[in-house]
Amino acid sequence: MKKILAKIYIWVLLVILYAPLVFIAIFSFTESKVLGNWQGFSVNLYKNLLTGNMQGNSSLLSAVYNTLLIALVAAAFSTLLGTIAAIGIHNLKGGRKKAITFLNNIPMINPDIITGVSLFLLFVFLRISQGYVSVILAHITFCTPYVVLSVLPKLKQMNPNIYEAALDLGATPSQALWKVMVPELRPGMVSGFILAFTMSLDDFAVTFFTRGTIGLDTLSTYIYTDARKGGLTPELRPLMTLIFILILVLLVIINVRQDRMNKKQAAQ
Amino acid sequence: MSKRSNWSIPYLIFLIFFVVLPLILVLVYAFQDNAGRFTLGNITKFFTDKDALSTFAVSLEVALETTLLCILLGYPAAWILANKKYNRSAVTIVLFIMPMWVNALMRTLATAQLFTMFDITLGKGTLLFGMVYDYLPFMIYPIYNVLSRMDPSYAEAAEDLGATPATVFRKVTVPLSMPGVASGVLMVFMPTVSTFAISEFLTNNKIKLFGTIIQENINSSMWNYGAALALVMLIIIGITSLFSKDNEEVEGGLI
Repeated sequence: MKKILAKIYIWVLLVILYAPLVFIAIFSFTESKVLGNWQGFSVNLYKNLLTGNMQGNSSLLSAVYNTLLIALVAAAFSTLLGTIAAIGIHNLKGGRKKAITFLNNIPMINPDIITGVSLFLLFVFLRISQGYVSVILAHITFCTPYVVLSVLPKLKQMNPNIYEAALDLGATPSQALWKVMVPELRPGMVSGFILAFTMSLDDFAVTFFTRGTIGLDTLSTYIYTDARKGGLTPELRPLMTLIFILILVLLVIINVRQDRMNKKQAAQ
Repeated sequence: MSKRSNWSIPYLIFLIFFVVLPLILVLVYAFQDNAGRFTLGNITKFFTDKDALSTFAVSLEVALETTLLCILLGYPAAWILANKKYNRSAVTIVLFIMPMWVNALMRTLATAQLFTMFDITLGKGTLLFGMVYDYLPFMIYPIYNVLSRMDPSYAEAAEDLGATPATVFRKVTVPLSMPGVASGVLMVFMPTVSTFAISEFLTNNKIKLFGTIIQENINSSMWNYGAALALVMLIIIGITSLFSKDNEEVEGGLI
C-alpha cells in the first residue's frame, strides 16, 4: 500500500513536470500559430526548421548557430583553462589554495544576473565593444569553475609517481604530460566539457547583458525577444522537441558511461 | 613538482580580471553619479523608492514561497527515490534531472503556453506554479544525493534501540539530510530571487520582480542605479550563501 502511494506520488510529479514538454512535442506536428489549436497532422514545421524557410522570422536558425558556436568555443577554452588551472591548484597548498578555490566558487554561487551586470560594467569600463568576443569571454567565466571541479577529483585519484616514472624513463616533460597526465585526466575533462557546454547552451541572463547592440542573438535571447513581441515563431516547437530528445539521449549516454566507470573502479 | 603550482597563475589572472574586477566595478558604479563623482544617492534612492521597495519585498516573498513549496514537494520525492524499497531504477532519477538540463526559458515558455491553452489567467498563482515547476528538480537532486549516500546502519541502529519509524525519520534521517536541503535551498532561492525573464513570461508582466528592475535600469543606461540595485541583491546572495557552506560537493557531482 505504502509502496503504491510512493509510486503514485513520483509518477504524478513526473507527469506534471513533463506535461508542458509533451504538449510542445505534440503540437510540433501541426501548423497552427498557437498552442492548443490542432489543425491536422503535419511535419511542415520540421521541414521549415531544417530548410530555414520560416513563416515569420528567419533569424531563428542563425540564433541556433550562434548558440552552438558560442557554446563550443566557450566550452573548449574553459576545458583548456580549467584543466591547466586544476593541475596548478592541485599542487598548491594552504592559504593560496584556499584563496583560489574561493574565487573559483564565486561565479558558481553568483546568480546569472549579477554575473551579467558585473561583466557588462567591465566591458563598458574597459571600452571593449560587445558582441561575440564579450559573450564568449563571459561564458568562459562562468563555465571554467565547473571544469576545475570536474578535473580536480581525477588529479586526486591519480598516482603522482607515474608522471615522475615517465620522466625517469626518458620522456620529456611535454611527452609525460600528453602521454601520461592527459589520458589520466581525460574523463574529468570530458565531463567538464559537457558541463560547460550545457551551461553555455542554457544561459540567458549573462548573454543578454554582454551581447551589446549589434543584434547578436542566441536561442535564449531569441526566445525572450520573440515572446515579448507576443506570438511565438511556431518553428520553435519542433526545435524545442528536438532539443529535449537530444538532451535525454545525452544524459542517458553520460549516465551509462558513469555507471560503467564506477563498475570498472569497483572491480579494480 | 612545486613548479607545477605555477600553472594556476593564468587562471588566477583570469579570475581577477573577470570575477573580482567586475564585482569591484559594481561597488564603484553603485556609489557614483553620472559624472563619476562619489555619491550615496543611488542607495538612498532605493530606500525611498516605493516601487523598488515593494518589488523587492514581492521578490523575496515569491522566492521564499517557491523555496518552501519546493522543499514540501521535493523532500518526499527525494526520500522515495533514495529508498531502495520504493525505487530501484536509475531511469526515474534521470527523468527528474533531465529538466535541469533543458533551457529554463524554454521550459517556462512551455508552461506559460500551457496556461494560456487552458485559459488560466496569468498572475501570482501561475508565477508560483511555474517557478516551482522550473526549480523542483534543483531541490530534489541534492536531497536525493545526500539521502542515497547515507549509511543505512544509522537508521538500523536507531530502530534496534527501539525507535519507531517516525522517530527514526525525524531524529536520524532529517538531521542527516540537512546539507542536501541547504544546497537545495541555495539552488532554488538564488535563481528565483534574481530571475527576470521567467517572471515576465509567467505573469505577462503583471508582477514585476527585482531582477526586472535591475535589467530595466541597466538597459536604459541608468548604470549607476542598476549597479546599486545589483549590490542590494549581492548582499542578499551573500547572506543566503552563509547558510550553506558545503554546497560545492553536491554541485560538483551534478551528472
